[in-house]
Amino acid sequence: MGKVMLEVKNLKTKYVTRLREDVFAVDGVSLKIEEGKSLGVAGESGCGKSTLALSLMGYYFAPLHYISGDIIVDGNNISGMKPDDVRRKVLGTEIAYIPQAAMNALNPTQKIIRFIEDVIHVHDPKMSKKDIYDLAKERFAILGLPEEVLQKHAVELSGGMKQRTVIAISTILSPKVLIADEPSSALDVTSQKMVIKMMRDLMDKGFIRSMIFITHELPLLYNVTDDIMVMYAGQIVERGTAKEMVFDPLHPYTKGLMGSIIVPEEGVRENKLIAIPGTPPNLKHPPKGCRFADRCKYATPTCMSMEVPNLEVPSKENDGYNREYRCLMSVRKIREVYENE
Amino acid sequence: MKNTLRQVFHSPKFVIGFSIFAIILLTVIIYPLVVIADPLEMVGNGNFFKPGTYVSVKDAVEGTHYTLNIDVQSGSLDNKISADDKADMKDWLVKYGGVAEADVDINDTEGLIELWGTHYDPDAEQKGILASKKKYYVRLNNNLKGILEDSDLIIAKENSETGELEQANTIASKEFVNTKDVANRKTFILGTDNFGRDVLTELLDATKTSLRVGLIAGVVATLIGLFLGLLSGYLGGMVDNIITFVTNLFTVIPSFILLILISYSVGQAARGVNLVATIIGLTSWTWTTRSVRSQVISLRNRDHVNLSKLSGHSMMRIVLTDILPYIASYVVMAFILQISSGILAEAQLSMLGLGPSTSTTATLGLMMNWANLYAAPLNGSWWAYFPVVIMIALISFSLNLMNTGLDQIFNPQLRD
Amino acid sequence: MSDNRASCLKGKGVTKIFGFGDKKTVAVNNVDFDFREGEIVSIVGESGSGKTTLSKMLLGLISVTEGEVLFQGQPRDISTGQKRREYWKGIQAIFQDPFSSYNMFNKIDSVLLDCINMRGGKSLPYEKKFEMMREACSFVNLEFKELTNKYPFELSGGQMQRLMIARIFLLKPKILLADEPTSMIDACSRATILDMLLKLRDEINMTIIFITHDIGLAYYISDSVYIMEHGKFVEHGKAEEVILHPKAAYTQRLINDVPKIYEEWDLSTV
Repeated sequence: MGKVMLEVKNLKTKYVTRLREDVFAVDGVSLKIEEGKSLGVAGESGCGKSTLALSLMGYYFAPLHYISGDIIVDGNNISGMKPDDVRRKVLGTEIAYIPQAAMNALNPTQKIIRFIEDVIHVHDPKMSKKDIYDLAKERFAILGLPEEVLQKHAVELSGGMKQRTVIAISTILSPKVLIADEPSSALDVTSQKMVIKMMRDLMDKGFIRSMIFITHELPLLYNVTDDIMVMYAGQIVERGTAKEMVFDPLHPYTKGLMGSIIVPEEGVRENKLIAIPGTPPNLKHPPKGCRFADRCKYATPTCMSMEVPNLEVPSKENDGYNREYRCLMSVRKIREVYENE
Repeated sequence: MKNTLRQVFHSPKFVIGFSIFAIILLTVIIYPLVVIADPLEMVGNGNFFKPGTYVSVKDAVEGTHYTLNIDVQSGSLDNKISADDKADMKDWLVKYGGVAEADVDINDTEGLIELWGTHYDPDAEQKGILASKKKYYVRLNNNLKGILEDSDLIIAKENSETGELEQANTIASKEFVNTKDVANRKTFILGTDNFGRDVLTELLDATKTSLRVGLIAGVVATLIGLFLGLLSGYLGGMVDNIITFVTNLFTVIPSFILLILISYSVGQAARGVNLVATIIGLTSWTWTTRSVRSQVISLRNRDHVNLSKLSGHSMMRIVLTDILPYIASYVVMAFILQISSGILAEAQLSMLGLGPSTSTTATLGLMMNWANLYAAPLNGSWWAYFPVVIMIALISFSLNLMNTGLDQIFNPQLRD
Repeated sequence: MSDNRASCLKGKGVTKIFGFGDKKTVAVNNVDFDFREGEIVSIVGESGSGKTTLSKMLLGLISVTEGEVLFQGQPRDISTGQKRREYWKGIQAIFQDPFSSYNMFNKIDSVLLDCINMRGGKSLPYEKKFEMMREACSFVNLEFKELTNKYPFELSGGQMQRLMIARIFLLKPKILLADEPTSMIDACSRATILDMLLKLRDEINMTIIFITHDIGLAYYISDSVYIMEHGKFVEHGKAEEVILHPKAAYTQRLINDVPKIYEEWDLSTV
């Protein structure tokens, strides 16, 4: 078991609307990522996965507010730190964050190398321009980006190239955790593949020590991350290895999600897609019992009223690895029910 | 819709702006109902009477008198000579009157006046004194004559038969009148203006007229702007090019210059309040046109407009139901700004003497103009122009505040 | 694909050029197509390939610069408002973003009533109209009773898109043009939408033109596929043939670059 890079304990955050109503977007999330591992977060839009990414940085600004919980990065608890301290001490070196529209964040009047100088100077003001250039050149070469990019302006680059450049800039300080929120969703498939390859390279070459990858595209997660975590209505409903999650899901919601995967491969045309009726609950007033109960065809009256604990079961594939799920049915019961369909 | 309204009234900026505006509006509407008077009636004979209560002298003399044991002398003395006068008096006495400085006590007014009475001589040699200062001392001396006398005042009546004066009444210095006993009183909270008109009543009437000017200008500008903006934005192509060209033309020429030229050429006699308001509206639509056009262009390609076309709706119906409601909030905001700028434009024009030429109604700009013409700022009659300035500032402040509040709600980029 | 089915929408040398002179851009470049009755056809292309421009031309929302479009064998005429309205009785659309497809100031009832009016049901008694709306809603598994007096934005994205299909059900056009109808909604609702499109085809024999960037989705739903690159069709044919055995280099690249589940996804080929 590797060193724990990021540990989150019972994190709760909320949005406050203009009408002073609270929306509990992340409601009691706990997770752990070991060194060299990557974790994928999947879920429908509005399930809180992007909010989770923002909350994990410890950098809160209105309307997002911190309620409770701990975020421990490599042994340091960063929850409750002042935003200024977070910006100076955590972002960049401990945690790097890449949003979906990251490529639009580049100021068009500056050369790429200036951004790298800026990032490095926040943490090491003494480093000379020459050293920074050499470091950037080396890093770009390893990641397969041409050196000329450093001397170019953002407008001269294509969308995919911009996104890869931003990722390279954000990880120049070799952060311990990289949080990528849909980094490739706005790109065409070819650029998406390049971005994915680059993120794999970053992990393999040790430039980042762990990664959280957030997307709604399950085939992508399956190919990028070691583990997958499924979020529903602000909570984690299931977590396991990528393979288990896709081919042997336990929670009925995960099952539905995985049943909606469409890939251009032989035999897919004959698959019957699983549709889940209904809509996710309103996070202003989350239901008391299982949050998925009113859409679940296996739900019992107990599901509606009883809060469902997170259960751990040993993984079939990996020894010593536990997968988690949040359902009142036992694993045996679940398998039985799915078998009979 | 209901939610939007709720949000609007949750915005502190909007609520403050709206309250100020509502208070102004209500005052303007209710005041004439309570105080029924012609706002432009020339009450005073003379210009710029100070704010205060005016009582009829005749009533006061003829009414019941009360004798109060109060030191009336120092009270009236303080009222007549200021501290500066006393300092000047001391100055003269020491320099030219040959009095030792130690003998003059500036705090003892009566003693000072006595000293003055015995030593002052307007024909004495006064070296190094300005002629104006010399005249000032003469004036001061005349004022002080008889000030210390407290003999009774005799009121005389002319006998209609003999034509001789007969003593009717005497007034002792310690006799008082209760102001409540005086039948004829008039309070001018803000004094009177150069024509002797009550400034407060006039101000509220002028505010009403100015708001009407703003409203008419706003409606005219918004209607023209909305129509042209919708037309050029929705139709595009050649129509768009022509309208954009005309709009740019009007934007480039400073609208105020245009306003001055039109107002001038219309002529003094024809310029009424409504005409000036319309002219202001006719020169300030460009901004609305541009913003409406850009909004419509972005809406024109939205799917719901396409869907409406596919449903076979006519262009008129698409514009009215699929485009207009979406830009309504922008139009309302533009309208609010147009009202505010219309009021300001009227004030500017009137200051230049190109405003509505009417003797039957006042506007805020005209009041400023009159005050300015009769040199109110120079002779210290602050009440003739300062309340007007405050009123203009309050109106445009409240309207702009409302606009900012709305902007924050309808323009998500400005949200905190 | 049986070729004896009648041609529903046919294009010959359809071209769209935006701008003129130096600023000229060719969005759709001389494309030929033949969509047959009761067929689900996918047009697959990346962003900027011209597929949305093509769809707007097919709908008659923008003019065709060059070429000819034949609707049910006849050259279509959309020169006047009346003729356009007539054409739109035969072709309708579902757009990508359900949230911007509705006029948020109109209630759901009025959206559906519009459709009944367009089909000439303006003078029907209210009970009949109500019955038709109820039927349309039940076709897409929505409860009409719960929708009356509601505004579209009170629904979820999936429900809004289903309401769009209810609209199509009421209009019963010959051709439905679905422009990425599932790309903005959740994976779980996607299956429902796709099922309903298939149901429309099966029950009303509607021709569906499905425009998408997702080649997996095209493979799942369509009978035949047109692959579009830079305003041109590079390959077309039966879905199985085109996707499982692509011939054009562009199609091959497109398929290679999509993440896979059953096979290894080869990352080295970028």
